[in-house]
Amino acid sequence: MAAKVISAQNLGLIFQTADGAVEALSEITLDVNEGEFVSLIGPSGCGKTTLLRAIANLENPTSGRLTVNGLSAEAARLARAYGYVFQAPALLPWRDVNDNVRLPLEIMGFDDMAGRVSRNLALVNLAGFEKKYPWQLSGGMQQRVSIARALAFDPKLLLMDEPFGALDEIVRDRLNQQLLELWGSTKKTIVFVTHSIPEAVFLSTKIVVMSPRPGRIIDVIEVDLASQRKLEIRETPAFLKIAHRVRQGLKAGHSYED
Amino acid sequence: MKTDAAFRSGHSQDMAACAASIAMKHVPLLTVTLAIIIFWYAMCIPMNAVLTAPKIVAAGGGFANTLIFSWSEGRPVLPSPHQVFREIWNTVFAVEPWAIKSLVYHLWITLSSTLVGFLMGGLLGTALAIGIVHVASLEKSLMPWVIASQTIPILAIAPMLIVVLGKTGLPDIFTKASISTYLCFFPVTIGMVKGLRSPDVMQQDLMRTYNASSVQTLWKLRLPASLPFLFASLKVSVAISLTGAIVAELPTGAVAGIGARLLNGSYYGNTLQIWAALFVAAFAAAMLVLLLSALEKYSLKRMGTKA
Repeated sequence: MAAKVISAQNLGLIFQTADGAVEALSEITLDVNEGEFVSLIGPSGCGKTTLLRAIANLENPTSGRLTVNGLSAEAARLARAYGYVFQAPALLPWRDVNDNVRLPLEIMGFDDMAGRVSRNLALVNLAGFEKKYPWQLSGGMQQRVSIARALAFDPKLLLMDEPFGALDEIVRDRLNQQLLELWGSTKKTIVFVTHSIPEAVFLSTKIVVMSPRPGRIIDVIEVDLASQRKLEIRETPAFLKIAHRVRQGLKAGHSYED
Repeated sequence: MKTDAAFRSGHSQDMAACAASIAMKHVPLLTVTLAIIIFWYAMCIPMNAVLTAPKIVAAGGGFANTLIFSWSEGRPVLPSPHQVFREIWNTVFAVEPWAIKSLVYHLWITLSSTLVGFLMGGLLGTALAIGIVHVASLEKSLMPWVIASQTIPILAIAPMLIVVLGKTGLPDIFTKASISTYLCFFPVTIGMVKGLRSPDVMQQDLMRTYNASSVQTLWKLRLPASLPFLFASLKVSVAISLTGAIVAELPTGAVAGIGARLLNGSYYGNTLQIWAALFVAAFAAAMLVLLLSALEKYSLKRMGTKA
């Protein structure tokens, strides 16, 4: 039995806005085990990003229990338990690729920064781009730099918030393939937010389907596809069957408002 | 095959074309400059009429006499451009720079206090901005005072500041520079508060996920992000710093400095001296702003900003 990395029990989060209280998360109960690749999927406003941010201690749940590595989310953040990849690359424009990946290492005071930077840039196939500035790179390359940056200090947990959402389909396919290889070689635990069904099925060992108003989990699907996947797997019946179940879940969550 | 002479004439044609293209680029500026000079010469006639009218009549009147007397009056109300230019020439280039008559000497006195005040103002302004950005209560308690400080006319507060600071036994240059500092810190504070807050939410969240201390966030995120704002503020500051230094020389009855020249000129009705001092001061301010622009370009380029 693999160790529990994330455990959420009856998690609730209510935002106080000018228009009144908004229930962003309601009764979320979810476990993520070590080495899993878990996707959170759902339409806009279903709370998938909020859940990820709560795990990262960037939002504070208003009820329920949440532990990361057995610690509170805040203690886990203070212990630098995870690497976070945002929707946009969020690179610092005045730092070149090398120095952007160095940023967390400088802050955390690592030795052997050069070695870590070059290892992780190689991992995202960006060796040789060290001296480029972010504006000289394509969107896909920038996002790969931000993944290398998140991996630089070797966290066991990687939290990714729609990292490829702004990229075109061809680039996204290639990055999905690379991410899967990276996951296979590094044995990280990954929580991945997306609103693309093929992306979720292709990448995940577990898919969490969410629904809005209030944000809640309506289905958890174990994906029993082979762990060595190629893009062609998306044409197979097993893949389509899982994709169909995800789609059904998303539809069920939506039905009441049409 | 070209002869040597033909080659040389071809070369000079290139030079002429090059000069023409430079001239073309500056046509708008040159046009405005020319218009100002013409207007200036024209205004010399009515402005100086009270002094020149009897002389023009005595010389037999006429357009030519009007121009000659209006543009060469010894103590004119409005000196003509070439008179100002000649005065600048005489007091900048035709005397030794350390002579009491030399504008270079006076400019140096004023510039040194300008730069000390600018430096202190820049540091004070940045320190205030860092405080305001990091401590929420400082914004509420300090910002109104920062703004109020600039609503008081500097001419009103300068003499009092100088008297009070003069009693503290600080070197004179700091007393003078304090007026520049008083004017300088404000644009820097306003610009830097905005600059230090310019990193977006995502970049700030990123630093949070690293559990970065606020000092680390300041050094690695906020300060680099604020640099373009800092330069914009500094360019405003350096120009008003010079104004401050000149104003600071007025109430003390200083014997040296651009302010002293202005005061001296107005005591003796020597308008030429006043105008020459003004132009030299304006030129110095423009040079300071240009210097900062060059520094800005250089440092932003070093920071990898897209060309």
